[in-house]
Amino acid sequence: MILVTHRDDLTSKTGMWLFLFTEMLLFGGLFIVYSVYRYRNPVSFHLAAHDLSVAIGTINTIILLVSSTTIAMSITAIQKKNKKLALLLLGMTIVLGLAFLVNKYFEWGKHIKEHIYPGSSVLALRGHGDVLFYGLYFFMTGLHALHIIIGLVFIMVITASILRDKINSENYVLLENSGLYWHLVDLIWIFLFPLFYLIT
Amino acid sequence: MNPIENGKNHIIPYKTFLYVLAGLIALTLTSVTLTRISLGTLTVTIALIIAAVKSSFVLRIFMHLKFENKMFSRAVIGVIMLLCAVITITLLDYLNR
Amino acid sequence: MSTQKGFEEPSYLEYKGKYKGIFSWILSTDHKRIAILYLFSLLTFFAIGATLGLLMKLELIAPGKTIMTAQTYNAFFTLHGIIMIFAVVIPGLPAVFGNFFLPIMIGAKDVAFPRLNLLSWYFYVTGVSLVLISQFTGQGPPDTGWTFYAPYSFRTTGNMLPAVFGAFVLGFSSILTGLNFLVTIHRMRAPGMTWLRMPLFPWTLYATGWVQLLATPIIGITLLMIVAERTLHIGFFDPTLGGDPLLYQHLFWTYSHPAVYIMILPAMGAISEIIPTFCHKTIFGYKFIVASSIAIAFVGYFIWGHHMFTSGMSGTALYTFSLLTFIVAIPSAVKVFNWISTMHKASIDLQTPFFWAVGFLFVFMIGGFSGLILGSLATNIHLHNTHFVVAHFHFIVFGGTGYAFFGAMHYWYPKITGKMYDSRWANTGLIIFFAGFITLYGEMFFLGMRGMPRRYYDYDEIFHTGNIFSSLGAVVMYFGLAVIIINLFSSLRNGAKAPSDPWGGKTLEWTIPSPPPVENFEEIPVVTKGPYNYK
Repeated sequence: MILVTHRDDLTSKTGMWLFLFTEMLLFGGLFIVYSVYRYRNPVSFHLAAHDLSVAIGTINTIILLVSSTTIAMSITAIQKKNKKLALLLLGMTIVLGLAFLVNKYFEWGKHIKEHIYPGSSVLALRGHGDVLFYGLYFFMTGLHALHIIIGLVFIMVITASILRDKINSENYVLLENSGLYWHLVDLIWIFLFPLFYLIT
Repeated sequence: MNPIENGKNHIIPYKTFLYVLAGLIALTLTSVTLTRISLGTLTVTIALIIAAVKSSFVLRIFMHLKFENKMFSRAVIGVIMLLCAVITITLLDYLNR
Repeated sequence: MSTQKGFEEPSYLEYKGKYKGIFSWILSTDHKRIAILYLFSLLTFFAIGATLGLLMKLELIAPGKTIMTAQTYNAFFTLHGIIMIFAVVIPGLPAVFGNFFLPIMIGAKDVAFPRLNLLSWYFYVTGVSLVLISQFTGQGPPDTGWTFYAPYSFRTTGNMLPAVFGAFVLGFSSILTGLNFLVTIHRMRAPGMTWLRMPLFPWTLYATGWVQLLATPIIGITLLMIVAERTLHIGFFDPTLGGDPLLYQHLFWTYSHPAVYIMILPAMGAISEIIPTFCHKTIFGYKFIVASSIAIAFVGYFIWGHHMFTSGMSGTALYTFSLLTFIVAIPSAVKVFNWISTMHKASIDLQTPFFWAVGFLFVFMIGGFSGLILGSLATNIHLHNTHFVVAHFHFIVFGGTGYAFFGAMHYWYPKITGKMYDSRWANTGLIIFFAGFITLYGEMFFLGMRGMPRRYYDYDEIFHTGNIFSSLGAVVMYFGLAVIIINLFSSLRNGAKAPSDPWGGKTLEWTIPSPPPVENFEEIPVVTKGPYNYK
């Protein structure tokens, strides 16, 4: 006697969406913290944001937007049975995701060199508002970067399954789910970018 | 499972994605440019409105909400409203302290 | 347990799958086996928590040091709280009875994601293990209380990290269970099982699922912030760095108040199953009960502030939260009226599960009314952080969820095990338990009103008599629990064979053999009527 499992794509997608809701609220909790502390320290948040590089932030935003587009297009490619194009687009997504992380690494490195990181005594001298701003900055972008890494691993697994034809034009719900996850990561960045870089 | 219910019969053309991407990048650049101009307290509001417009594009086109079962869009709206309500109620405390 | 006539399939207890022995359980993706895994782990943790509670009551039997030091007492109430809240009452009914009966009651063969279901059990066990590890490693056990209030939670030398991370992992397990149930209910109902033909237990699990899904991430991130605060000194909640400790309380209760509804809603669902079955009558006002479940889940999300009335919130926040707290009492009362109206003019079959349901009504109403006393701003100032609060939430959480859990246990026992239990011993246990419960917690209301604070291992001489009563109640209640549980275990061996529908229930789980076959239904049923059709 075998338990037969039927494939049901809508079930799988519903599960993914519900999971995304938990991610939205996970970051939502941080947005609550952000809004409270921004309300209490408007001036120092405003001044602290000057030290972030708008140029790198903008480049990273565009990188993520393009990577979102490539993974969305890879679904169309799979639907049209164009395996090569799908793999190419997913490869681009992975490269762009890595590029985002490299940028982030240099950005963080610059701050840490200037002794701006949570717990640093130099930062503590700059006052409460700066401590909270950078605390939130490192925590939120750090958590976001962690999600980028998870997303990249997810996409790499999916790419491997496409190579082995496990994901094909008949069965691509996993590709769609990895896309949904990646878009959510993008979505969160769309809000992080103005809240940290553009409040000068 | 019939394909219409699964939303799989819908293939979004490549072009649509490229148009949306162009729009998103344009909005990002607008947002960055507006920051350079001093708009006072409106700066953050405008930046957030632009972010909201951008995310609605991502949700509707990239995440296929426009073509899926309406249940998904309703749930997304519900979750966003819930989060806004929680932020509002928390701020009820801070704004009046 | 032989197979029933006409049914070739073995029961879920006999079917082994590809693994043998213990592995046929801990690697099984069958929702029924996972439910049993949860049941046994949960009972183990409940035994630990209850023993800690008993020891604390023994400490309180006389003023001054009786059997433990103040520091040990602090560690005990912390561990008692973490285990009982995160590992017993929150998973409680959903993880055990929800896992077992949700798919059966909606006519499905399993939950939507069986492997995820097993994974959530592993998270559950890992989470509790981390909490237990925190007791024996590092510089002494955590002593913050289960609420981990800032700034103490990152200043104490107690071993907080494993405990906080354990609670985080338990939250993840709860999210996965909720997610699984939501998808199962949306996608896997049997043909003809429309939303308004769904029994009330699945309905409450549905409402609970949304709360689990949408509230738990908030505590997840809050606990991560506490971890970051301890390791990196970020300053989120540290006043010396500009943070606001009150914001921690906001975030904590944004989850932990809805968590109260994660505990009580499935309990209400189980009661809504038991009452019509033993009244042999359609439940009164089915739609109202459904709507009130949704309303409780929704309003319950916005009333967290009533845990913080004396913390120094703004006046506007105070009366908003107080008003919303009173509003959430309405749907709960609607349910109580519906249950009582169902009993009206019914020929009631007085069996053990029904007694538990009636006991639930009694203690739930006392707990609910005392909640209103705490929800009013003026009385709250007098009663906050006294034993009155302890009594209130034990009446709701242990009285509500606990009674419903034991009720459900006695109601579904024949279906789960295929055996009948000895109802004379079951009733005796219930009476002893009830007497102990009322003496233990009822007395606390009076102690609290006279000003005895909670979480103190010592007290003034004037509280002595009350505490003696309360501690004796604890011993009696513990004894009652032992009778109940021993009876259920011994009935496994000595009980008579259970028929497929011993109580005359009308929901789908009573249409299949006891214990259920592996695939639940030989053929997926087609539903044509509402759930409690007794005419």
